[in-house]
Amino acid sequence: MGLITFFLLVLFAITSFYLGYFRSNRVRVIEKQRPFSLDKYYGYYLAIWSVVPAVIILFAILIFDGFIVKNYVLSEFYSQGIDQSEISLLFTQIENTRNGIKLFNSEDEIIVNAVNKLNYIEGIFEITSIITVFSVSSLFLLYGYRKINLNFDARLIVEKFILIGFFLCSLIAILVTVGIIFSLLYETVRFFSQVPILDFLFGTNWSPQRAFVRDAADAADIENAFGAVPLFSGTFLIAFIAMCVSIPVGLLTAIYMSEYAKSSVRNTAKPIIEILAGIPTVVYGFFAVITIAPFIRSLGGSIGLDVSSESALAAGLVMGIMIIPFVSSLSDDVISSVPQSLREGSYAMGATKSETIKKVIIPAALPGIIGSFLLAVSRAIGETMIVVMAAGLVANLTANPLEASTTITTQIVVILIGDQEFDSPKTMSAFALGLTLFVMTLILNFIALRVVKKYTEKYE
Amino acid sequence: MNSNSLKISNENLKRRLNAERRFKFYGVIAISLALIFVLILFTNIISKGYSAFYRTLIEIKIEFNDKVQPEMFKQMSDTEINKLDLYSFSKKNIYSNFPNIEKKSDKKKIIKLFSIEFEEEIKTYINKNKNNLGNTINLYISASDDIDQIHKGNYSRDIPEERRRVSNFQLSIYDELVGQNKVKFEFNLPFFSRGDSREAELAGLGGSLIGSFFTMIIVLLLSFPFGLFGAIYLEEFSKRNRFTDFIEININNLAAVPSIVFGLLGLGILLNTFELPRSTALVGGITLSLMTLPTIIIATRASLRSVPPSIREGALAVGASKVQTVMHHVVPLALPGSITGTIIGIARALGETAPLLLIGMVAFIVDVPSSPLDPSTSLPVQAYLWNDSAERAYEEKTSAAIIILLSFLILFNLIAVFIRRKFETKW
Repeated sequence: MGLITFFLLVLFAITSFYLGYFRSNRVRVIEKQRPFSLDKYYGYYLAIWSVVPAVIILFAILIFDGFIVKNYVLSEFYSQGIDQSEISLLFTQIENTRNGIKLFNSEDEIIVNAVNKLNYIEGIFEITSIITVFSVSSLFLLYGYRKINLNFDARLIVEKFILIGFFLCSLIAILVTVGIIFSLLYETVRFFSQVPILDFLFGTNWSPQRAFVRDAADAADIENAFGAVPLFSGTFLIAFIAMCVSIPVGLLTAIYMSEYAKSSVRNTAKPIIEILAGIPTVVYGFFAVITIAPFIRSLGGSIGLDVSSESALAAGLVMGIMIIPFVSSLSDDVISSVPQSLREGSYAMGATKSETIKKVIIPAALPGIIGSFLLAVSRAIGETMIVVMAAGLVANLTANPLEASTTITTQIVVILIGDQEFDSPKTMSAFALGLTLFVMTLILNFIALRVVKKYTEKYE
Repeated sequence: MNSNSLKISNENLKRRLNAERRFKFYGVIAISLALIFVLILFTNIISKGYSAFYRTLIEIKIEFNDKVQPEMFKQMSDTEINKLDLYSFSKKNIYSNFPNIEKKSDKKKIIKLFSIEFEEEIKTYINKNKNNLGNTINLYISASDDIDQIHKGNYSRDIPEERRRVSNFQLSIYDELVGQNKVKFEFNLPFFSRGDSREAELAGLGGSLIGSFFTMIIVLLLSFPFGLFGAIYLEEFSKRNRFTDFIEININNLAAVPSIVFGLLGLGILLNTFELPRSTALVGGITLSLMTLPTIIIATRASLRSVPPSIREGALAVGASKVQTVMHHVVPLALPGSITGTIIGIARALGETAPLLLIGMVAFIVDVPSSPLDPSTSLPVQAYLWNDSAERAYEEKTSAAIIILLSFLILFNLIAVFIRRKFETKW
């Protein structure tokens, strides 16, 4: 249905366009006077009338027909008082049978009847929806066609329409934000109705799979299984290690690039370092697992330290490498925008270049540099693949970087990968973690962007 | 000035100049470190992965007999041949290549030298040559992943037998085959066409390549128009007020939201609320396009801003309306910048893994998807899945998948650079 309707619509739009175009032409010939707008705008005008309402109706049908079909087919089961989960199971069985998959109960009378019912209503839906769509758009087309006359300004309306379209496109960013907040908040609130928020924020035991086992799930067990402190500590430990790598390397790189390097060095080295920011995180994860972790292990072994094969250190080091360009390019911008007069003043006092950098430029650029650090921290906290692959999956409250530790993002993945059971506190806890993560990064980004913006305004 | 203070200031100067040199040296070290990381990363992955691009074949001899005659294939169609049961025939023929081996357990070990799909490979050969089959044929069939790894030199032969996946007996047979010049390498074409598999020698990238392709098409179709139009509105038409400021803050924040949060959005809204099909490129594409949108909007706005006002004023002066000015004169000039931003955004979306894990594009899928509504994986997810597999043979496959992924990213970025150099006007 989809493809045919689409082509019919395109065809319809093209015909409408020419209808409007020639109508305007005729008006000109008959009245011996030019219409208000160019011919093509009358064409666009009709094309909009013929397609836009049709598309809106089609979308409405697309969203609602699933519910309606399902309710129609299942209506008799609802009246029989079968419970919800059984009915949805039944519906999948009906759908599978319809799609030609043989099931143990495919021959049952109920199922066969339901399949017939399903086919029947879907057929009706298809035909009626095509008919409604095209009759509605024909009506609109007729309305538009009759409005075209000498003094009718089609361009104004077409342009207004374009502007509204553009405006709606710009709203998507808000829509996405609202979607994120809504989806996270909805599940999180349900989660906190089962697990007290204080237990989540300050509990030190994270073992959601324990709460998953239904038999053992007396209330106390659920409450004790969702203490997120080990995840927070793991996240910050790994982020800290990452920052220990990326801050010195990134900052010194930025200083060298903006103050010392010749433009030829700058032009080759800068893009190469920025490659690091473009490499997918799964590559870093693999690198950490396959190269860095064994290296650290054997290094630790040679000095008598017991390093686990999944360690916070390996994940943190690799994450630090990944973050270097975030620190260096932003700091570079900030340092470059320090006014030349400050440097010259310092040189005039007899300071060497490094003294100027340390005593004048860095203090002047400090807010911006700190902003870049904060952005890098938020990157590190939100990073997923490296820690999923290299840092370990089991919650472990430790400050020892040689042991495995887990992070917020890792646990979200561990909980939600594969099939999930809806409505279980385990699944909902992932959304609560997501919200925590979202809020943390939001605050960090907000402060960082504020600081950087304020700083750049200062020197403009 | 007396000589003493001169001496002090000289020493002082020396110290300061040394500090200067040291500081500069730190900078050089930092940059070299960063560059060395890039170098290590690339050499490491390429050196681990290049061997996956060829595979090992072993030559065997097949003798037809009374039951299975070469003539009988002539009348059969391809599908009929594929339906034939030649398993025991193939197995016996493989055994007869090793006449000295009689123990049943040893025979089983011999079969393990070959790919698990040896029957299919023999059938494919028969299919291709059904009109000129002799009574005996010599053909190459794929080696098992273990022999493949041994032949490539990725497995050490020195580790003790009980920890090795290939027994001493199998090794001796393998050495014999090598001595008879019956083992050869070939370009690994199936690696690019097959779907995933539990057998390392059969696992290929085909499914995930197609999955990534569908996903990226959807990202492009959704994020480019919406991003472009949204940016045009914000930059050219909107008045500065609280609401547009709010939109702007939103866009900047979205650009910095961790990717996994978008995965949660996809799971919560697209899968649970709208009940779109799980594990499909459609849902993956929508999720990733929401993530790419801010990048495109930001890039487009920057390039719209760089179009000088004189262009707009010129168009307005000759009577164009505001919309005509923007659509006919400003946008075409800003388009290269916008397209560059889009390509970079798509490249980032191509490498993105975490959100796809949450919407189920991480399932084990053998079939190559044929539409965006089929369950599929994507290139980085495939790399993640293979990395999780215990068998060593998957390590080289993971690296190879990453090499392919990185080549695509480099290609995309080169195209973006090319477009920027070629079409962007400097004002």
